[in-house]
Order: sequence, then C-alpha cells, then structure tokens
Amino acid sequence: MRIRFEKRREPSKAMQLLTPIGAVALTMLIGAIIFWAIGYDGPRAVKEIFLTPITASYKWSDVGRRAAPLILIALGLCVGNRAKVWNIGAEGQYLVGALSGAGVANLTRGLEGWWIVPMMLIAGILGGALWAAIPAFLKTRFRVNEILSSLMLVYVALQLLNYLVAGPWKDPNGHNFPQTAPFTPSQMLPHTAFGTPFPPGLFIAFALSLVFWIVMARSEFGLGVRVVGDAPKAARYAGYNADHMVWQAMLISGGMAGLAGILECSSQSGMLNLGFPSGYGFTAIIVSFLGRLHPLGAALAGIVLAITYVGGQVAQTVVHVPNATAGIFQATMLFLILASDVLVRRRIRIDWGRPVAQAAESAA
Amino acid sequence: MNLEFLIAALVTVVNVSTPILLAATGELVVEKSGVLNLGVEGMMLLGAIAGFAITFILGDPQYADTLPWLAPLAPWLGVVAGAIAGALGSTLFALMVLTLGANQVATGLALVIFGTGVSSLIGSAYVGLALTPFDQIFPDSLAQDPILKVAFGYSPLVYFAFIMVGAVYWFLNKTRAGLVLRAVGENDLSARSIGYSVRGVRFAAILFGGAMAGIAGSYFSMVITPLWAEGMTAGRGWIALALVVFAGWRSGRLLAGAYFFGLFMTLELYAKASGFSFLPSQFWASMPYLMAIIVLALMSARESGGAEAPACLGKPYLPDA
Amino acid sequence: MTILTRRNFVKSAAAASALPLLGRAAFADEPLKVGYIYLGPVGDFGWTWAHEKGRKALVEHFKGKVVADYVENVNEDASATPVIKDLAAQGHKLIFTTSFGYMDQTLEVAKAYPDVKFEHCTGYKHADNVATYNNRFHEGRAVLGTIAGMVSKTGTIGYLGSFKVPEVVMGVNAFTLAAQAVNPNIKVKLVMIDSWFDPAKEAAATETLANLGCDVVTAHTDSAAPLQTLEKKKLFGFGQGADMSRFAPHAHLTAIEDIWGPYYISRAQAAIDGTWKGGGDSWWGMKEGSVVMSPYNKSLPANVVAAAEKIVSGYKDGSYDVFTGPIADQTGAEKVKKGERMALKDLATIDWYVKGVQS
Repeated sequence: MRIRFEKRREPSKAMQLLTPIGAVALTMLIGAIIFWAIGYDGPRAVKEIFLTPITASYKWSDVGRRAAPLILIALGLCVGNRAKVWNIGAEGQYLVGALSGAGVANLTRGLEGWWIVPMMLIAGILGGALWAAIPAFLKTRFRVNEILSSLMLVYVALQLLNYLVAGPWKDPNGHNFPQTAPFTPSQMLPHTAFGTPFPPGLFIAFALSLVFWIVMARSEFGLGVRVVGDAPKAARYAGYNADHMVWQAMLISGGMAGLAGILECSSQSGMLNLGFPSGYGFTAIIVSFLGRLHPLGAALAGIVLAITYVGGQVAQTVVHVPNATAGIFQATMLFLILASDVLVRRRIRIDWGRPVAQAAESAA
Repeated sequence: MNLEFLIAALVTVVNVSTPILLAATGELVVEKSGVLNLGVEGMMLLGAIAGFAITFILGDPQYADTLPWLAPLAPWLGVVAGAIAGALGSTLFALMVLTLGANQVATGLALVIFGTGVSSLIGSAYVGLALTPFDQIFPDSLAQDPILKVAFGYSPLVYFAFIMVGAVYWFLNKTRAGLVLRAVGENDLSARSIGYSVRGVRFAAILFGGAMAGIAGSYFSMVITPLWAEGMTAGRGWIALALVVFAGWRSGRLLAGAYFFGLFMTLELYAKASGFSFLPSQFWASMPYLMAIIVLALMSARESGGAEAPACLGKPYLPDA
Repeated sequence: MTILTRRNFVKSAAAASALPLLGRAAFADEPLKVGYIYLGPVGDFGWTWAHEKGRKALVEHFKGKVVADYVENVNEDASATPVIKDLAAQGHKLIFTTSFGYMDQTLEVAKAYPDVKFEHCTGYKHADNVATYNNRFHEGRAVLGTIAGMVSKTGTIGYLGSFKVPEVVMGVNAFTLAAQAVNPNIKVKLVMIDSWFDPAKEAAATETLANLGCDVVTAHTDSAAPLQTLEKKKLFGFGQGADMSRFAPHAHLTAIEDIWGPYYISRAQAAIDGTWKGGGDSWWGMKEGSVVMSPYNKSLPANVVAAAEKIVSGYKDGSYDVFTGPIADQTGAEKVKKGERMALKDLATIDWYVKGVQS
C-alpha cells in the first residue's frame, strides 16, 4: 500500500469549507484524549472550552470583546497573506495604533466634542499604517524580507509603549504607576454598542468583513491581490506592480491593526499601561489562516479563537486545568488547519497492493 | 579599571550571549536550507523543561546507591534530553512544512504557542525545585581564578557553543554536504533537478535547529538559573532570530554578533548600576531588533543586493507547481 | 510519578468546588464561594504563588465552610473584566483581584454586582463593595537592610528592582535607611531591569552588581535567579516573597515572606458574619502576621540576628518605623522632618529615592 498526495487541478471548494470545521472538531477530540491521559476530565475540559462560551449567554460579551480585535487585525492580514506579503508584525502595529490614538487623547485632554473620538480612530489607523510602512519601505527599496523586519518592529513597539507609559505619558494622578491618564468621556467609545452586550469594535469588524469580502471578490484590487499571490510571474506579465502590492498590503494590514488597537483602548481599557499588549496581533495570524484567508472566514475564525480564550478561563475555574490548556488547544487547531491545507490543494491517493515489481521500480 | 573587573564583566557577557548563540547557530543552518522556523522560543522552552526535568529525575539521591555513576552523568543526559525535546518540536514543524507543505510563518508561530503551553503543563510539577548548576568543568584553581576564569570558568555548554559555531562554519563552507544544503536554500528546484532530496536536506536542517534551540533552552534551566519557571526564556528566541539576521547568515559573524548583543545587554546593566542613565533603558532593550533591521537594510543596499539571505527563505517548496 | 500525585491533588480539590451554586438561595450551611484572580501562574514561586498559599490557608482554615477557586495568568488589560465578572456570575461572593492592573476592571464589575464583595490588592480606588489591601512589605525591607548593612564588608550593596513603582521605591528606601542606620557610609547601587520576571536578566544584573563591588544583593523581582547567582559567587542575598533557602542554602540570609492567609481568613470570616465592609484600605504587616521573616541563616552572627529581631519586635509593638525623619532625598533635600513618621498614603505614591541610593 502506498499513500500519495496528488495535486488537484483546482483547489477543492468543498475541502476549503470542510477542513476548518474538521480541524476544530479534531482539536476537540485530540484535546479531550490528551487531557484525559494526563489525569484531567478531558471531555469536560473540551466542553467548557468550546461550548460553555456559546451556551452561557453571560459569556457572549467576553467572546465579543476578544473577537473584535482578532477579526479586525485578521481582515488586514487576509489581504496581505493572499498577496503573499507576510506581515507578522501586527502586534506592533496594534500597539502603535493605540499609542497614536492615546497621543491624540493626550492633546485633547480637557476638550469636548464629537470630533475627538473620530480623530483618535484616524490617528490609530495612521499610526498602525505608519509602523507597517517601515517594512514596506525596506522591502520595496532594499528588498529586505518583510517577515523579519515586521517581527523585529514588534519588540521596538513594545519598548516604545514601556517608555511612554513609564515616562512622558505617565498619569500625574496615577499614584506613580506606569500608566497613562484615563481617557475622558469625550475620548471614549461606549463599552457596548446598540444595547447589545458586544463592544462597538465587533460591529465595525463585522461590517468591515463584508466590505473586505466584496472588495476582495469583486474589485480590480481584489483581483490584483489574488493574481499577485497565486501567480506572481503571470501578474508581472499582466502589468501588476508587485511593489505597489507590498505597499497596499502592508498599509491595509497595518491600518487595520492600528484601528483594532485604538478601538480596544478607547472602548475597553480607557488608558494604556504595561498590560495593554495581549498578543492579539500574533493570534490574528492564526485567525487569518483558520479563516482560510477569506474575510468572512476570518470573522468566524475570530469568534472561534475568542471562544477558546474565554473557555480556557472557564475551564480553569470549573475543571481546574492549567491556563496553558487554551494555548495548547489553539496551537493544535492551527497545526491541524495548516496540515489540512494539503487536502485543499491535493487529493489523497491510496494505491492498494500494487505489483511488487512496479513498486520497486518507482522506488528506484 | 582593572583587569579582574573587565574579566568578570566579560564572563557575564559570555553567560548572556551563549544561549542566544546556541539557538542562532541552529537557526542559521535551518535558514541556510531555505526554511524559516519562527518557533525558536517554543523549542527553547521545550528544551528548558526537558533538560531540567531529566536532570532532576536522574539526579535523585535514591539512585545514589544502586547507580552511583548516574548522578554525575545526569546533567549531560539532561542536555541531551533538552536537545531531543527541541528536535521533537522541530519534527512537528518539519512534518507540517515539508511533508504537508504548510505555511512556514504560521507553523512557526503555532510552534511557539505549542511549546509554551506544553512546557508549562509539564513544568507545573517542577516549580520550586532547584538543581546544582551545570556550570564548571575545570578545577577551582582554574575556573575560580580571577584572571584564568575568562577561559576556564564556564559551563561545558559555552565551549560546546564555540565548537558548534566552528563546526557549522566548516560544514557550510568546506564540506560537500554543506554546499548541497546551501544550494537547496538558494534554489530548491534546481537542487532537486540535479538529484538532491530537498525535503531530506531540509528535514535534517530543521532537526538540527530544533536540537540546538533545545540545548539553548536547557542553558537557561540548568546553567544560568538552575530552576524551572514558566516562560523563563523571556523572549530570547526572538533575539536569536534577530541575531541570525544581524549576522547576515554567516557563521563567523554569528559569533561576533552574539557577543556584541551580549555586550550590549550587559553594558546596559553596568550603565544603570553605575548611575549613568543617559538614555532610557527601553532604548537599550530595543537595540538588538533595531540593529538587526539596520543591518538588513545595509546589507541589501549594497551591490550584492542582499545575496546573503538564502533566496528560498520562507518560501514553500512546490516541486510540481 | 510526581506529576500524577500533583494532579490527583488538584483534582480532588476541584471536585469540591465544581458544585454549581448558580441561582440557588444561600443557606447558612452552604459554603461561601471565594474567587481569586491571579496575574501569573500559581507556579511562579513569587507573587502569585504567595497568594495561592493564602488561598490554600483560607480553605484549610474553614474546612468546607469556604470553597475558593482561582483563575491564573489573567492579563492586566480589558480582558480581565469578563474573567472577574465570570467569577461573580458563578456565585462567588467574595472576590480577590490580586494585582494592581485589575483596578478599574474590579470597580467595573463591582458596579454590576453590588451584592458581591471585592478586594483589590495594591490598588487605591474604592467603592461600597470594593476594599483594597496590601502588605507593609517595607517592614521586611528594613530588616533586610539592617542585616545587609551589618554583613557587607565592602560597604556597597546591590538592589535589583523591576519597575519604578511606589511599591519598589518604598522598598528601596526602607532598605537603604535601615542599612544606613547600622552603617552610615553604606552605598546602595540600584538596577531596574524593566521586568518582573526575566531570570536570565536578573542573573546578569546580579553578576554586574557583584562585579561592581556589591557583596550583598537584594532583589525585588520574582524569580530565585539572583539568589542562585549569589550562591555561585559565595555572596549574600535574600529571598523574595517566600523562603527560597533551598535555591541558595549559603547565600540566603533570610526572606520576607508574604503571608496573605490571615487577611483572607479574616475577610472571609467577616463576609460570613455579615460584618464585611468595603471602601477601606488595609495594610497589614508584621504585627498582624502578614509579613514574616524566614528562619535566619545559621551563618549569621548572633548580634546581626539580634539587630534584625529588634526591628521585627519594634514593628510588632509599634515602637519602630524606618520612615522616621529626618529623611532626605537623593539631592539632599529634606523630605521628612526629624521625629516625624511618613504616612502610609504618602508612601503609597512615593517616587523619590532617599539619599545614598545610587540610581
């Protein structure tokens, strides 16, 4: 018997839909077995992690809060990843976005007006885009690998945050703790929007998912992204400028990460401190892949990832699994979704009992 | 400033640099073969807990009577366990990336999350325990001498790191196998067309990188601070990645770069302890990353057009595309 | 085998607390549910570990009348709010949030659950159902300073800090003032490593301080790395938060132990009795048994131990306070007048170092 992966002529549509679902299901199964094997109530842990956040309505707002930044960042990354422009520095762009917005908040302290929050949001988007422009510039000007440069900039951004909240931006009334002054009501978005338990960022994320979907599926730009990503040589002949694509992909994904950052800080935390960076920028990379680089997929995947975060904490109190559990589940899920990619591009061909001579021949 | 002071400072630099150097040496080989494994931090944590746990278990006094030779061997076996743990983590990466053609960036990040989670799960049983440090092999007359310790006062792993950098330099530049590995990293399709197994070469490179990261991890849990604490590598895996870039994918510069980074981190501490705080410490902390970016840009700006970076780095291998 | 025994222990502890209490009327014989939010993993062997010990002491003390759950590794960002809310929704009636970064989140949840009692550790914002609490760790720092001042031969002591926050600053000051009291020429070199937890950097910083002539180094970071480094160099140091002598039997002179148990027990008792009140700020110390010195190292001379014990007994009977004037800051400006004692509320926001601190 011999198992081979044979290339499909067209990526399988069915597999594209089925594999993420399969990956999540298989993660539950593997997780239950592993945690049972090391002495926990595995099935219960899986239930608490994946189902409780859905069935317990008081957990919905938590899921929404976590999902909003994940989806927003992942949407931008979908564009970049489709064009094979690898921005893995979204965490840094998220931070710089929040910092830029907080900078506006610092300047508008004591002022009032409807225009302050929009200014902060714009500053957030610009800040994130600016931070992403550095790798874009290095890539297009010097051919510097954007994976490495964007990653390095995450750590620079972290230090920038540490410097600002412990230094120039420290709240004079904050009992000398490293944190900015709390935003004033005119600098805050509501915690939850439209009478739902969900943060405003989630609605923006859903709306933008639709926009991204339409743009990616219908527009010239979306076509360009796909062509450059799938067939770079053909794209060059067709007149697509790869450098433009790098700029666009970076600015869009950086801007989205920045938007996520300022939304998080203006609607949820209300200030910046050392605890602000939460790794959303890295997790969003998982989200974009789990969502198959499709804007609507990213929205769904963002919710799934948010559920595992929330459920991981539920499971801690109820099943007493350690906090590391959620991480292990997330990693397993990502491994499986990446592994199952192969089924989209290839089909499994199993040859039963081929003649010995033939097998030997092909082995030689 | 006297000599003893400088030597003591140098010893600190070496201690700070060695784990980064170990991990970066492994990652260099991986990247030279055209693969970008971002999971260094995860593999380091796996190595850290495996090294600690195995050393602790084998060093248990209950074996002292029946197996008296085991205790002195325990730390060596611990390092081997660390290497194996790192290599196991990298095997997962290799299977995903090479066999199934998964995206390298995403798989590497998944490996970081995975390694962090698994190490903390296993490690919860070892919190609050301590080992004898695996630090000196030479007798006290050499290792504790205020001058001679600059050469003799280190853990065996420090010498191992030196040897490995040399070995990797020799392997990459002087051996046929090294040539093949670089060829695979520069142009996988033509390497395949002249009959080399691209997947085989890359698999071996990834395993080596994982083992080195695992050893680097065990340097934390066995040498610097012989204890286990969750997330104890505290981001050194990312600095190792920056170092490979900073070194321009050259093993010689890797050694210099590791000590340069180590010197930088140590200087910051000396500046603070001596009361010179002319720049915010966050500036110092971000320097390794900034320097890596600047080197990347400088390297690429030259005529050679960034030839140092392996051409296939991070790209999927698609023989039938 | 160690893994299995630990697991089983955790599991049996879990079984008792997994009973769903949601929506049931509270009967007198029904256990009080207490919840904890932890910053680190319970295995950090530092801050969170100390709170976890307090939680276990609480459960032990009430033998079934109290169950206590915890959530570890909770980020100090907006995502903490729902975690705290969750504990409240699950029927926990007394919730301890054990890090400064949960301040606003605790207040937010407290507003939504007026019948749940909240206790926020190290914060400064209150509500009718939110109290704050902290320990007077600086009392222990004064003991360490006394010992360090007497033990140091070089007259230079190292101090390894995390961030310049009031808690760290007041520790540095208490330590330095106490050391100066026994040796007026003592110098304290301060290094902030900008992290609560980075063992490798803590070790490197300790080596650096040792190389700069410090023969005693005290740390206000979370790992045992500084002690292990001192042990290698045959120098001296102190445990942080817990007795860490097993990491450094020679170097470990004593440790400040954070004992949260008595406070947790008293607050749970108050909740059961119906006498619990919010809005206040409790700072317990040596007098209340919340700050305890670990056994002194046998190598310490008797006069050093006696001097250390004198500080402890002075704090217990109220006759001693290290923050008694005159106190000058680094520039030499007088901050506390002769004979006056610094108020806790001033200490809680302190951002200047006393004279003799080199930073």
